Amino acid sequence: MRTQPPSLLSLAVDASVLHLSHFSDLSPLPDHILLDLFLKRTLRAGKLNEKILKLFLATGKEEVLSLIQTLNIQHILTPVLPTKSPKMSVVNNIEDGEIDIVIGALHSDLRPFMSAWKSIFSRYHLIIVKDPDLKDDLQIPEGLSFKIDIYTKSHIDKVVGSSTSIAFSGYSCKYFGFLVSRKKYVVSIDDDCVPAKDADSFLIDPVAQHLRNLATPATPFFFNTLYDPYRNGADFVRGYPFSLRSGVTCALSCGLWLNLADLDAPTQALKPEKRNSRYVDAVMTIPARVMMPISGINIAFNRELVGPALCPALRLTGEGKVRWETMEDIWSGMCVKVVCDHLGLGVKSGLPYVWRNDRGDAIESLKKEWEGVKLMEEVVPWFQSMVLSRTATTTEDCVAEMAKRVKEQLGGSDPGFGRAAEAMMDWVELWKKVGSGPSPV
Amino acid sequence: MVEPATDTKSAVRTVALLKDELDIVIPTIRNLDFLEMWRPFFEPYHLIIVQDGDPTKTIKVPDGFDYELYNRNDINKILGPKASCISFKDSACRCFGYMVSKKKYIFTIDDDCFVAKDPTGKAINALEQHIKNLLCPSTPFFFNTLYDPFREGADFVRGYPFSLREGVPTAVSHGLWLNIPDYDAPTQLVKPLERNTRYVDAVMTIPKGTLFPMCGMNLAFHRELIGPAMYFGLMGDGQPIGRYDDMWAGWCIKVICDHLGLGVKTGLPYIYHSKASNPFVNLRKEYKGIFWQEEIIPFFQAVSLPKDCTTVQKCYIELAKMVKDKLGKIDPYFDKLADAMVTWIDAWDELNPIGAANKGKKA
Repeated sequence: MRTQPPSLLSLAVDASVLHLSHFSDLSPLPDHILLDLFLKRTLRAGKLNEKILKLFLATGKEEVLSLIQTLNIQHILTPVLPTKSPKMSVVNNIEDGEIDIVIGALHSDLRPFMSAWKSIFSRYHLIIVKDPDLKDDLQIPEGLSFKIDIYTKSHIDKVVGSSTSIAFSGYSCKYFGFLVSRKKYVVSIDDDCVPAKDADSFLIDPVAQHLRNLATPATPFFFNTLYDPYRNGADFVRGYPFSLRSGVTCALSCGLWLNLADLDAPTQALKPEKRNSRYVDAVMTIPARVMMPISGINIAFNRELVGPALCPALRLTGEGKVRWETMEDIWSGMCVKVVCDHLGLGVKSGLPYVWRNDRGDAIESLKKEWEGVKLMEEVVPWFQSMVLSRTATTTEDCVAEMAKRVKEQLGGSDPGFGRAAEAMMDWVELWKKVGSGPSPV
Repeated sequence: MVEPATDTKSAVRTVALLKDELDIVIPTIRNLDFLEMWRPFFEPYHLIIVQDGDPTKTIKVPDGFDYELYNRNDINKILGPKASCISFKDSACRCFGYMVSKKKYIFTIDDDCFVAKDPTGKAINALEQHIKNLLCPSTPFFFNTLYDPFREGADFVRGYPFSLREGVPTAVSHGLWLNIPDYDAPTQLVKPLERNTRYVDAVMTIPKGTLFPMCGMNLAFHRELIGPAMYFGLMGDGQPIGRYDDMWAGWCIKVICDHLGLGVKTGLPYIYHSKASNPFVNLRKEYKGIFWQEEIIPFFQAVSLPKDCTTVQKCYIELAKMVKDKLGKIDPYFDKLADAMVTWIDAWDELNPIGAANKGKKA
């Protein structure tokens, strides 16, 4: 039995469904065709949207209106969100819900910090981890529309237990936040930083810039002299091989600091008045196999890709509550860079800037702690020569392998390295246990 | 919108650093009117003009400049049969200027490059910035996140090992361009209106082991440290490729600098690049290069020079052997190029004998 070929009318109605958005008035259509168009074609094809619904409503035809009522089709009200920047949603394909902002609270009074960051952070979920050594309660401003989860010593103890060599005190408390986050991207800024201002005195949104860095490819295999080719107004220069232009995924974005730069204690002590006022308008990929000191003050990363590689491993004996008295981020940063180079991921450095408030006394820190400066002499060449084995195909594998090598090759020269190796191995285990799946807190 | 500095006459004439130790090499085929704009910055220095194209044409040099000028006839006379290594009808011929210079430093600039303005509107003395870059060390062994630590207002960051803070001598200073960016032909075709308006206030060392695309439009180098490696290859008339002269030199100097422990910086200074060349003409010139660079880059990335190559010339001759060996199979051009590289070194050594004071004057 031969099937009936479609009628001209049927074909015309089908075609019109595709072009419905271009019609300005459906009233001339006979009722039965209008109904057919609405019910059978538009609704069934899933092509009903706000604009088209209005089009049908405008016809004023009773049957259509009663159908809409019976089917309970309603207008959707889109709430106006005052903090949403239109530029954001165009630049990245990253939803706000994919991001966690992790703050390590080394100060109990977070009110000035939260007020300063309110307009930028309010659309995201915040994780605040209180330094377990901090005795006073955290003070957070009232009435904020933030979504915040606060974790303290008791949470850390519950999740991590006591049988671990990892210490989450001081700046290392942030890593607990990284561990329990369940988002794809994490942005972390020190609690003594506030938004910087650009040349027109507008607040710079470092989260948006970090996400732009992470959402666009990195180009570690060949240096582009015009820096990040994915920025507006830039591109690959003449001589850049075409096969390398698609780049690799960027896993880590390292921002910079205006005012109090992340210099070490001897340098800052020598020039106590020195402040960074130079705004360098560039982002660039750090080339493959090139090591750099990655500061933890202003970073963002793709947690799904490199989460386990950011590890709170190297603790100085005299570690303190100012960056001059820590090295944990520098060590962690080199681990991440080795992992990225091995797995073919990228690391970017440059924008965004944050404004880092004056805090502490470099000379005092220098008197107390110079061990970190000494350790770097050994650490840097060692990381530079690191080549991971081909069998390490995941971030966890890479970290575990590095931990083993640290123990074997560096453990002898300083007990700090031996402890770092232990911490790295514990971290990998911890990550496997509670780094994914339902939240442990 | 970026604009070049229009009134440079009132630019403050600062002390001309290295004025007896630096030559400015300019290849030209048309005229040198652009020098008028650079006068406050260039006048104290000696110029070497390499005139490409028709040697019967007279290139007028603005009054007041101290210069020597070489056209094709001069090049042939001075080098004899070795002149075959110097390109004709391509700005690659500029490397002849490097060879005949007797100075310690070279600055080379294209004749369509004008004085740029910094974000405050001040005219940029590009030469002065290049000299600053060359006179202070590079840091190729560990990346400094605050860029050149030797710049005023910058420093080494926390975590930078002290043993690496002395740095190494800087051999090359690679400047950038505002307005017309140095794009290849395909990119120019896709984005004919794109202009570089972003002033990035940084100088940085290109890390060891990393290659980069070196542009010859705004370039300075330490001739005594790296000069013999600055050969700009065989381009232009009679050659299958063009617009890869500086690229080729850049890859060669980078592997040699990495081997000899010398530094290469990129970033400031900016010049204002005014002329956009015809992208279709460019495409024809670059066409082969675009494919060949896919093989050339891995070649350079894998180059490992033997320990006994302790001078630039030795490194370069070794490199020429490797080019013949590994790249010769891509195209016979590379055989020719490898031979030309050797000829270049021969010519360089002839014109620059070690120890003897020589008078390389215009014949």
